[in-house]
Amino acid sequence: MMSNPIKISAKDLKAFYGPEQLLMSLNIDIPDRQILGIIGPAGSGKTTFLRSLNRLNDLIPDFRIEGSITLDGQDIYHPKFDVVALRKRVGMLFALPVPLPKSIYENIIYGPRLSGVGDRKKLDQLVESSLRSAFIWDEVKNRLNSPAMRLSGGQQQRLCLARILALEPEVILLDEPCSGLDPISTAKIEEALTILKEKYTIILVTNNTKQAARVADRTAFFLMGSLVEYGPTGELFTVPQDKRTSDYITGRFG
Amino acid sequence: MRMPPKYTQLAAQLVMGLATLATLAILVFIILFVLEKGLPVVGLKFLLSNPQDMGKAGGIFPVVVGTILLTLVAIAIATPLGVGTAIYLTEYTRESRITRVIRFGADCLAGIPSIIFGLFGFIFFVTILQMGWSILSGGLTLAFMILPTIIRTSEEAIKSVPDSFREVSFSLGATRWETVQKVVLPSALPGIVTGVMLGVGRSIGETAAVIFTAGSSLRMPTSLMDSARTMSVHFYILAREGISTENAYGTAAILVITILLINLTAYGLMNRFVAKNN
Amino acid sequence: MKFLGEKGVRRVLAGIAFSAISALLLIALFIIKEGLPFIISYGPIKFLLSSDWQPQAGKFGIWPMIVASVWVTLGAMLVGAPLGVACAVFLTEFVPRRVMGVIKPTIELLAGIPSVVYGFMGVMVLAPLIRSQLGGPGLSVLAGAVILGVMILPTIISISIDSIQSVPNSYREGSLALGATHWQTTYMVTVPAAKSGIIAAIILGMGRAIGETMAVIMVAGNAVKIPISALDSVRTLTANIALEMGYATGQHRQALFATGVVLLVIIMILNSLAGMSIRKKAGKR
Repeated sequence: MMSNPIKISAKDLKAFYGPEQLLMSLNIDIPDRQILGIIGPAGSGKTTFLRSLNRLNDLIPDFRIEGSITLDGQDIYHPKFDVVALRKRVGMLFALPVPLPKSIYENIIYGPRLSGVGDRKKLDQLVESSLRSAFIWDEVKNRLNSPAMRLSGGQQQRLCLARILALEPEVILLDEPCSGLDPISTAKIEEALTILKEKYTIILVTNNTKQAARVADRTAFFLMGSLVEYGPTGELFTVPQDKRTSDYITGRFG
Repeated sequence: MRMPPKYTQLAAQLVMGLATLATLAILVFIILFVLEKGLPVVGLKFLLSNPQDMGKAGGIFPVVVGTILLTLVAIAIATPLGVGTAIYLTEYTRESRITRVIRFGADCLAGIPSIIFGLFGFIFFVTILQMGWSILSGGLTLAFMILPTIIRTSEEAIKSVPDSFREVSFSLGATRWETVQKVVLPSALPGIVTGVMLGVGRSIGETAAVIFTAGSSLRMPTSLMDSARTMSVHFYILAREGISTENAYGTAAILVITILLINLTAYGLMNRFVAKNN
Repeated sequence: MKFLGEKGVRRVLAGIAFSAISALLLIALFIIKEGLPFIISYGPIKFLLSSDWQPQAGKFGIWPMIVASVWVTLGAMLVGAPLGVACAVFLTEFVPRRVMGVIKPTIELLAGIPSVVYGFMGVMVLAPLIRSQLGGPGLSVLAGAVILGVMILPTIISISIDSIQSVPNSYREGSLALGATHWQTTYMVTVPAAKSGIIAAIILGMGRAIGETMAVIMVAGNAVKIPISALDSVRTLTANIALEMGYATGQHRQALFATGVVLLVIIMILNSLAGMSIRKKAGKR
């Protein structure tokens, strides 16, 4: 399974918020075109790690990072690295769906427009293909111009996924994307992910260990800012090497 | 000698109810009084004809034009300055001692009596910069006067845009300015417009700061360097110098209606804004 | 603004912000620069506490105007504060939400009525009433106080309502659950909890009253003398500036700026007090 080339690699990664250290010298290689599941209790640094991958943490005052993260071998924290371009290559889906206060159509083309895509035909195609890939096209194709806020929570989250796909990114980060959704919407998102991994590198942070077991190819277990265990999902869930991992997945804490 | 609680409550309710009634009665009385005396004078002819004999007879056309021009100048200067400052303070700086000092300064200046702005405008624009009594002097003075209000209301409006919108925009590859332009400002617009409308209302109603900077010429202004008379100033002069009570009431009625309409619009926008954000 | 680039936009915005702030600073500094040297050269005590205001004779004592401003403002507070606060309490606690939803905006709309209109009402309705019922010239401390008191009602009511509404409902429920009546709850729990906001409302109203010019010129009579009764004609600090500004030159003009400095200081103090009151409330939460 590790045959895929390495897409993202973190070396000796440390993150600080003021005096507080959130990530403790993390080392991890993430292969291309697979789903990496990240599990761990609240406050274990999963989300901090995820938000470091598209440098969204830059927006937080007093946040600081040490070590390196490379994307296709390039250091994304290098001063000359273009952050805006990075965020177009690394899309992110948040825990709660956040449609912008615009129409469904405008939400999808928000990213492409910024990259300078102006051709109406190209945009129309992009809207249809990304909505299809996020399994929501049939539900919204007749009301593309109505406000995105009117969709249900599950539909909003799939719209947000489509919005990322329209960027044609290389990596998709998902931060507990199903925490506010019903089982049916969750199943639709998971189905979409297993298909999308053929084209994208997917990193899925989740509170739901079963979700990781269902969809992830490889799983990482985070605890208190450290990477405790990392391996193929099947192995990690059946023969965990670390006692803390087995405690967590059997529900003894967290 | 304590009254039973039930009676205390009744007594208190009665007193406060009367106070409320009195307050409303006074305020409504003022409006109705002005409208009742003024509306018979008001008509298209009053609005669109020139005044005669210092305003004793005829209409108020140049005054209407003067009011509009002066307000436009004030808004055209204060809006970009105020909104730009608000964007800079909220989106481009971190909350720090400096932003707090700036905010305190703006608050203090918001409370400065308009006569001080008038005094400043009269000496600085009219005399030192030799702009004379003109629409430009008056407009600049008014712009300074309403600037703190516009900064504060715009800031509040921008701050009330949820941070998650900004995060999403950034995560989709937008720069900060693209985010401000495409997500933050559209969401904050009704709140910003409300602040500007309130500024318009204040400009139209202001007398002290205008009379010494724009002067009180009754001629139709032909350029921004001409002196002009606003409705408030016209009304003040008619009333104070006893020129024409009738026309004073007419002007007052138009003034009150205009300002009520503007405030009503601002209030409606604000309500829609609040409803949308919740 | 695409051609500017991110850094360019940031610079332009910073430029706008700093010019706006410095423009505002300029006003305060300009007034102080024109007024303060006069206060110092003329003698602060003589300027503030002498009752002799004869610009032609080079005598500039503003004590009568200070007294007048204080009396008119305090009078306005006597009219406006109790009425306004009672109104706010009644509207928030004893009137159905829907009714209040209509009355509050109405009152806020009235805040926009130009002060000259209030002044005119004073001249046409109130002053004749005072003259015929109580004697004196009519245009007086009393007339000024009543008109200003009414003028600041919307300000006081609207800010008070906001602060009373922000008292958490759990406070009221807690008190009612202990067997207090609605009114006991209001004056023992709700109003004390909203106290700092109400005080801030009153102080801001006071600032408006002391700074008001045109309405006061119209109704207070403008005589430069220390009032002995509420029916005497007086001239406030603001009226003094407005009445003489048009023709003042040299020292006389400086004296008017100095009057402006005094006003500025008073307003700054009031604003700081209001700000402190609001911050205290924020700190408690």
